[in-house]
Amino acid sequence: MASYPAGYKYTKDHEWVELSGDRGKVGITDYAQQQLGDVVYVELPEVGAKLRQGQSFGTIESVKAVSELYAPVSGEVVDVNTALKDKPEAVNADPHGSWMIAVRLTNAGESDALLDASQYQDLVK
Amino acid sequence: MEQATEAPLKKTPLNARHRASGAKMVPFGGWDMPVEYSGIVAEHVAVRTRAGLFDVSHMGQIEIAGNDALAAVQRISSNDASKLAVGQAQYSGLLTEQGTFIDDLLVYRLAPAHFLLVVNASHIPKDYAWIAEQIKPAGDAVAVDASSRYALLALQGPAALDVLQPLTGVELAGMKYYWFANGEVASVRATISRTGYTGEDGFEIFVPPQSADRVWQAILESGKAADVIPAGLGARDTLRLEAAMRLHGNDIDETTTALEADLSWIVGWKKDDFIGAAALREQKANGVTRKIAGFEVLDRGIARQGYDAYVGDAKVGVVTSGTQTPFLKKAIGMAYLPAEHTAAGTEFDVDIRGRRTRARVVPMPFYKRPK
Repeated sequence: MASYPAGYKYTKDHEWVELSGDRGKVGITDYAQQQLGDVVYVELPEVGAKLRQGQSFGTIESVKAVSELYAPVSGEVVDVNTALKDKPEAVNADPHGSWMIAVRLTNAGESDALLDASQYQDLVK
Repeated sequence: MEQATEAPLKKTPLNARHRASGAKMVPFGGWDMPVEYSGIVAEHVAVRTRAGLFDVSHMGQIEIAGNDALAAVQRISSNDASKLAVGQAQYSGLLTEQGTFIDDLLVYRLAPAHFLLVVNASHIPKDYAWIAEQIKPAGDAVAVDASSRYALLALQGPAALDVLQPLTGVELAGMKYYWFANGEVASVRATISRTGYTGEDGFEIFVPPQSADRVWQAILESGKAADVIPAGLGARDTLRLEAAMRLHGNDIDETTTALEADLSWIVGWKKDDFIGAAALREQKANGVTRKIAGFEVLDRGIARQGYDAYVGDAKVGVVTSGTQTPFLKKAIGMAYLPAEHTAAGTEFDVDIRGRRTRARVVPMPFYKRPK
């Protein structure tokens, strides 16, 4: 059974966000990587991109399929984990450590509506 | 997600084994099949470097027998079955009058007047109905859908021979590619065929359904030291694509001819007549206007089935198979392109979800096993 970090917030689309002040790091959940299978390609936005909550910010591809990545919170992209470009398989090996983008939040209140770890665990069990 | 009401999925004799082993199961052609066990990449690499074991019992078996069985097979199958000795098999097409693919298949000559056709799972009823009707003019021959009598396992990879040999009295080293023999595997009556859908050396093993699990277990046990692992349909697809083997429903179908699919070698041009012959001869004389081509993606991105191909602003074709290959570690695929754009080295664009991405035609197969 996968453990979902208690400090993260989760979406029903299987992204997580780790909030710290007005910043949030975003990745996909262990459940999501299991469903995808071997990840072979991650396409991420440029620094400076402005995202609305629920908007697609990139794509992730496994051998079999393409999936959209959705922003769990609104904000401006301030950092991109470019290491995933050459090592996309890190998402399989360490999904909760493999952040994809960091955003500066533009609407701090909207993260309240996200799931906490136990709610997310119930969703995917 | 909404799901249309459909017939329950069919199960192979190994279904319980797959589920107990923790395989990820998916619906495929009406069957509940394992798409992966340990992961597509790990399974793919295992087949290229050691061996993998596949359950392909969903494939269909249609037997044709009778005094005129050869004439019957010659009529419905594009390749020339008169070239087959007893104990030999060939790849072929089940074609329409237009020379397009109802299905592709393997033809095994079991006896001088007894053939076994192995067809794709999702087309068994359609193929059988077509064959039963179309062989009538050939004379004394009957077709039987024998699919429920066979389970089919595929042991593929460079270690396949050494893993299988201890389980059978059949001398495997002497068996040539695309030949088969009857014998036993793990004390179970079996037909062993040196064929496969991975581009690797290996064997396909026909066994009675009630004994499939025993043979499956015996092969994995024998392969333990060589780290042979069970593999699913996901790796089967990436392996066959690296080997440039066509997949019916992707690369060939009822809209593409054997010539457009660059499969002239499975057309028995010297045969008197067969279904599709007239159309193919005419197309051969006039030349094809479009043809399948293998390609590599040059920019970052993966070109997948259904993505459009462009030369300049003109949409010129479509990708029929494409993936990031686990072994070659690049994005490859097959596409139908105008014939003048299919020479190796020709560049074109693929529309990857709204972004034009450069690709280059390369010779097929993408992967060829070391001899």
